[in-house]
Amino acid sequence: MRSFGTGDLLFILAATRWTIALSLVAFFGGGCGGLLVALARTGTIAPLRYLSLLYIRLFQGTPLLMQLFLAFFGPNILGFSIDPWVAAALGLSLNASAFLGEIWRGCIESVPKGQWEAAAALGLRYAAIMRLIVLPQALRVALPPTVGFLVQLIKATSLASIIGFVELTRAAQVINNATFRPFLIFGIVAVVYFLMCWPLSLYSRHMERRLGAAAR
Amino acid sequence: MNYVFQFGDVFNAWDELLTGTWLTIRLSILAMVLGLILAILCALAKTSGPKPARWLVAAYVEAIRNTPFLVQLFMVFFGLPAFGLRLDADTAALLAMVINVGAYATEIVRAGIESVKKGQIEAGRALGLRPLQIFRHIILVPALQTVYPALTSQFILLMLNSSVCSAIAANELTAAANDIQSRTFRSFEVYFVVTGIYLALSIVFSGVFAAIERAFLRRGRP
Repeated sequence: MRSFGTGDLLFILAATRWTIALSLVAFFGGGCGGLLVALARTGTIAPLRYLSLLYIRLFQGTPLLMQLFLAFFGPNILGFSIDPWVAAALGLSLNASAFLGEIWRGCIESVPKGQWEAAAALGLRYAAIMRLIVLPQALRVALPPTVGFLVQLIKATSLASIIGFVELTRAAQVINNATFRPFLIFGIVAVVYFLMCWPLSLYSRHMERRLGAAAR
Repeated sequence: MNYVFQFGDVFNAWDELLTGTWLTIRLSILAMVLGLILAILCALAKTSGPKPARWLVAAYVEAIRNTPFLVQLFMVFFGLPAFGLRLDADTAALLAMVINVGAYATEIVRAGIESVKKGQIEAGRALGLRPLQIFRHIILVPALQTVYPALTSQFILLMLNSSVCSAIAANELTAAANDIQSRTFRSFEVYFVVTGIYLALSIVFSGVFAAIERAFLRRGRP
């Protein structure tokens, strides 16, 4: 056993970049998937509506940890091995797609029906109505819950440590195994997560309040 | 695809899976009940306690909601022994879950308490109810009825989150899956089946919560 030094601290802090990278990749992947899910859920094609509902129910009804395990072990079955970074990015993106899809469905549905009818009366097609009329209005409503979900996602990346991806939590475990200063080390890690998440939480709440005030 | 699925090894371990499922149910229900009690106390302190108590609760809620559950679990299991409090994995898991869900539920219960109209409390006072009676019948019970749906979805999240407790080898369903996996090397099959069990659990839990709502909460509602 050795003592906890500056090098260890730097190692932990440097691992934060992998937490941020994984959060961004999963947020981007989940954003793309979530948009598809939300469009399918609010669309007129019945099979797609049910399929996207099933997708949301499956991912919201099972633990994220299990989803990560399946994303890690599943591709092995198809014959190609996958490293923890790809598995974590894949699992978190699929998970985020379900949650963002459900959040954005609500936002799309919050746009009044009259907007659709007016746009259709002007001769616009589905794609143009979505892009020009509905999504821009839904975006305003979507911002606070989306930022709120980003906080969930950053915290969720800590589970990637369990399938062996070295991000913030895993780095802390590695250093803790060598120096055994758990309270100090996990305390530092908790502070780092807090510093990433808290401003986003405050921003989300602030936006929500502003939106609420505007609606009144 | 040359892979041959072999679920036999998984189903041979059905007794382990059953025990794991039961332990997950027990752990979740215990954490829900204790977490709700903690949340009611914290919400009470936050809405009508002295200033320092309000700050303390606010700090607790923000600290928990902005850090990962896994790190909280490690703090409890690995960190607390530094202060002479050595807990076994199951107790540490329960404690971490109570602390975690307590923070989320505090915000939910507080919203419920704040939704109770002032006139209701004044009416209770005018009828000669004692403060404790007012708190129980006019504030707490209607508040919990109002936020019941939000509380139950939080509890289902808690149940799903309990799988993280396998990281400190607490005895529950995911830990049972890890054991079977390390013995049989049928990783995908084990986790696939266990994912199905969790899905069934979340469906059963939401069914039970809905039944409780129908049986007790709608009746006699003001």
